[in-house]
Amino acid sequence: MSFKSPLGRARGLGSAKSGTGHWAAQRLSAMALVPLVLWFVWSLLCQAGADHAGFTAWLSQPHVAVLMSAFTLALFYHAQLGLQVVIEDYVHQEFAKLGALVVVKLGAALAALSCVVSVVLIAVAP
Amino acid sequence: MAKFTLPANSKIKSGRHFPAPDGATRTKTFKIYRYDPDSGDNPRTDTYEVDLDSCGPMVLDALIKIKNEIDPTLTFRRSCREGICGSCAMNIGDKLGGTNTLACTKAIEDFEGEVRIYPLPHMPVVKDLVPDLTHFYAQYASIEPWIKTDTPAPTRERRQSKEDRAKLDGLYECILCACCSTSCPSYWWNGDRYLGPAILLQAYRWLVDSRDEATGDRLDALEDPFKLYRCHTIMNCANTCPKGLNPGQAIAETKKMMLERQL
Repeated sequence: MSFKSPLGRARGLGSAKSGTGHWAAQRLSAMALVPLVLWFVWSLLCQAGADHAGFTAWLSQPHVAVLMSAFTLALFYHAQLGLQVVIEDYVHQEFAKLGALVVVKLGAALAALSCVVSVVLIAVAP
Repeated sequence: MAKFTLPANSKIKSGRHFPAPDGATRTKTFKIYRYDPDSGDNPRTDTYEVDLDSCGPMVLDALIKIKNEIDPTLTFRRSCREGICGSCAMNIGDKLGGTNTLACTKAIEDFEGEVRIYPLPHMPVVKDLVPDLTHFYAQYASIEPWIKTDTPAPTRERRQSKEDRAKLDGLYECILCACCSTSCPSYWWNGDRYLGPAILLQAYRWLVDSRDEATGDRLDALEDPFKLYRCHTIMNCANTCPKGLNPGQAIAETKKMMLERQL
């Protein structure tokens, strides 16, 4: 129960003065992912049937290592931006929302880091 | 989480049936949502059979006929009966489903079989077809929908070129009937913070007004993950608008202005 006026309720905590960055980043990472996903799928098809040595040799090439790192970084960055929107849309208990956002953000960072470190380790392996 | 089922006391039950008068040859069935908060009963749908030979062509004509001649307890808002006041906005449909529209500009003959009439979706119901629009109007007030200038007022009218005036076309026609906002899933789930398509279209109407000098302040006030960026271009707003306007486009243009001042 609150006697707050309707206008006070509508204004709420005011403008967060952010949101455009998130919106633009979502679109920019989507644009980056279009060629990167095509490259990723095409590469995997080309590597079909390759043995472990052949695959790591392919991944060790500098341009492949760079593209693979870029792909995973863009993928998890874009995914956490999108999941954030889904959580903000549908989760309305403040505690659950905060928890879900932390899990998604840190989880995506960990996943992206794991991918990049893996690519680097394979690329620099003797 | 978003609620996907109605609470027990909101479940709609079957209500009373008012048969057509004897001798009526051309009848139409109207199934109308009824809710009276004073009674403590669940909402129900009452069924009215209306003689079309003594009824006007629009859905509002049928509602007025029902209230005048069949059941005076039926409650709804109406005023201008010509699509300019926005009072009779409600959800009207048939077995194929309904859309938010104005009862006064929607023809009865557009519907196949029984006509189903409900209040605007996902708003608190005051009674029957009357939704509580307090928060909607407060959100409208929050965007400060009036001209703001620092330049001293001219002694004559504020002049505007024909091109600048044309930018208001498709915006000034909005009658704030709330059909679009109450058709928007984003507004259903986050209406407490998201301004919704109607209010954002009105906000854009002031953003593009060449006579207004507070564009930057207005953009500042809108730049918010919830107030503006809950729009996910679902476009129910443009589909349902009884005036044929496109709030989704106004919101997209607002987002472009947000980006434009950063690049």
